Amino acid sequence: MNMNLKLNIWRQKNANDKGKFVTYEVSDVSPDMSFLEMIDVLNEDLTRKGEDPVHFDHDCREGICGACSMVINGRAHGPKRGITTCQLHMRSFKEGDSITIEPWRADAFPVVKDLVVDRSAFDRIIQAGGYVSVGTGGTPDANAIPIPKKTADIAMDAAQCIGCGACVATCKNASAMLFTSAKISQLAVLPQGQTERYNRVEKMIMQMEEEGFGGCTNTGACEVECPKEISIEHIARAHREFIAAKACSHNV
Amino acid sequence: MSWITNTLTSTVGRKVIMALTGLFLTLFLAVHLAGNLQLLKNDGGESFNIYTQFMAHNPLIQAISKGNFFFILLHIYVSFTLYFRNKKARPVGYKVAPGNVSSSWASRSMTLLGTLILIFILLHLRGYWYVLKFGHVPMVTVNGVEMHDAYRLVVESYQNPLIAGFYILSMGVLAFHLWHGFSSAFQSLGLSHVKYTGFIKVVGKLYAIVVPALFALIPIMLYLKSIG
Repeated sequence: MNMNLKLNIWRQKNANDKGKFVTYEVSDVSPDMSFLEMIDVLNEDLTRKGEDPVHFDHDCREGICGACSMVINGRAHGPKRGITTCQLHMRSFKEGDSITIEPWRADAFPVVKDLVVDRSAFDRIIQAGGYVSVGTGGTPDANAIPIPKKTADIAMDAAQCIGCGACVATCKNASAMLFTSAKISQLAVLPQGQTERYNRVEKMIMQMEEEGFGGCTNTGACEVECPKEISIEHIARAHREFIAAKACSHNV
Repeated sequence: MSWITNTLTSTVGRKVIMALTGLFLTLFLAVHLAGNLQLLKNDGGESFNIYTQFMAHNPLIQAISKGNFFFILLHIYVSFTLYFRNKKARPVGYKVAPGNVSSSWASRSMTLLGTLILIFILLHLRGYWYVLKFGHVPMVTVNGVEMHDAYRLVVESYQNPLIAGFYILSMGVLAFHLWHGFSSAFQSLGLSHVKYTGFIKVVGKLYAIVVPALFALIPIMLYLKSIG
């Protein structure tokens, strides 16, 4: 059964514009459409009418790139757990629903236009220390460095983070701790990550704070809304790494 | 910035301070409760008065008490610096709030709950600590030693249903604060592991219910006794 919906969307011309909510009616929405396809339909309509379409970030549309970013009825990536907005389908809504769509809200993620926010603060956190140094040369043998299965699993769980920013959008403090901790964690548990271990956590946490993200208060909301279901265990690990680094690193 | 200021002023460092001071204050609650439960003994206040006399004059207890005041102030100061930083991190809020879908009300309301507890502490100190230290309290002689009749001070105050009610309500606030705070402190210290985190969470919830409930039992029982 196709449905008619009322969309309440944040419209903001540019970073300096004050912005406001605008209500749109979309009719004949198929329950098989993805949420982004539904907005595509709205945008086709707006374009035909000569109006400015709703700008939003999207790329792979298969839940792995982390580009799509919107808060749908107060929840990052919408009401379903463990998925991004592009994987949310209209069957999760019903006829006559009113849907409020807002951009990620954080001082460190300024709005570029409508639902598009600038997430380059995340890139700068990665640049601060989210990498390993690798010698060039021939391709190393696979499994040359033995890593216990459990350790590989923990690193892999953390590495699932697609950097979408839902954790920041969800956190009442706009804290980037889940993102930053996942990026610290994935390298800290592996032998390849030991060289920069202490510098990494110190620099990444410092960069995170310079970007103006809030602090973590352990509400746990981020792990609920994370499309990759990254656990706040990684935040605890980042705290351990931070405490160990402060006690042992050579940065005086 | 030296590594030490850098550590203590980072949000992670500040959370560690919150956790350590919070755990100390949590422990203090248990000790305080153990002492106060003597108010419910049917001995006309004898053991409670001996206890308060001991607490007021033992040099070790007095030293710990100073530390306790310091940790309370530190806990409050650091929490407000974090609160204002966190407010600044989201200048424009959301139109739709998700409510309790992804987090508990207690976990989102720690500053509010803590502020209410601060108001309680101030009134609590004014009501007993200040009066015992600087006010005029009737004396009583127990086992040949003359001491303040702290028991009478407490019992008489709880004859007022407003004061008794305020104490009971405040213990409700404390319960919510501990509901999140207890296990959150361990998470902030980086202590999260499948071996013990489940245990900490259960102990935290039990502690958050049992300790404030026993504290609240004192005004309830003393008020009921006073009306007869």
